[in-house]
Amino acid sequence: MYCATLAVRSIQPGLLGLGSLEPGLFESKSLANLAKAPTLSTLNPHRLPSTVAREDEHLLVAAAKAGDASAFEELVHSYERKIFRLTMNITRNREDAEDAMQDAFMKAYSHLDKFHEESRFYTWLVRIAANEALMRLRKRRPNQVSIDEPIEGEDDFIPQQIEDWGPSPEQRFAQTEMRDILRGVIEELPPDFRVVFVLRDVEGLSTEETAETVGISEAAVKSRLLRARLKLRQKLDRHFRQDGKQ
Amino acid sequence: MNCDGVIRGISSYIDGDLEATIVEEIELHLKECQDCTILVQQTRLTVKLYYDSDLVDFPVEAQARLHETLRRKIRRDRI
Repeated sequence: MYCATLAVRSIQPGLLGLGSLEPGLFESKSLANLAKAPTLSTLNPHRLPSTVAREDEHLLVAAAKAGDASAFEELVHSYERKIFRLTMNITRNREDAEDAMQDAFMKAYSHLDKFHEESRFYTWLVRIAANEALMRLRKRRPNQVSIDEPIEGEDDFIPQQIEDWGPSPEQRFAQTEMRDILRGVIEELPPDFRVVFVLRDVEGLSTEETAETVGISEAAVKSRLLRARLKLRQKLDRHFRQDGKQ
Repeated sequence: MNCDGVIRGISSYIDGDLEATIVEEIELHLKECQDCTILVQQTRLTVKLYYDSDLVDFPVEAQARLHETLRRKIRRDRI
């Protein structure tokens, strides 16, 4: 257990020392700061960095399972920001998002022994958090979120008019401006579409994992994802078409 | 394959989740249809822009409350 934790610590210096459970638990700022100040990727400047490599994650999970609370703490520090993003993206309510995040980490800690590493720890955590967030969303909007099968029939996602966006919109807009556009546009998506889009395209879950998490069929995931992507494209079109840029 | 077929298959096409014969039909159509070609590019870009995107601020107070809640739980469980 100690070796596993030490191996990870040697990669990421400045973390809590071993045995710092009292009183230093969750007082480490180094990883928290790392999580708050993401390194910008050249591929997607708005992308959050993954702070724990797969192998390190495995070592941390093994250590946490063996009772090393500071290893669990490191997992929390690495993923708390992403999990809050997820619960906020699903609920669109600050209070619900925070409650869902807290309950997700509490459940992950309590049920760590039931995690058998069939998937990445992060994927497992995302599914717990998504469930917590969905529960709150459904409670708040019982008539707006269908638990079951798709919203089929309407063809409102079919694009009416296609116009060129010109060369690389991601370079034409400043980072903060682009962030505001993306945020504004995703907020306009109906919850059913937003949830599927967030799990598949923001968090990177598979179709199967998304279907299991939301409690719908894979066909319904695909149908909602198609509509979500096309609706988002349509909404982005308002901002990205060249004559739309001020 | 017509425009409607491309639109309905666009998501699976982007994900590489279609049979080879369908992909071939779509690509044949794309060679002739400027609108569908643009639509595919823009939908791809939409997906790329959102992937792992950092659009939500994580409030310091929310972080502090999370740490406090977990700290209490871990201490409680250890007793």
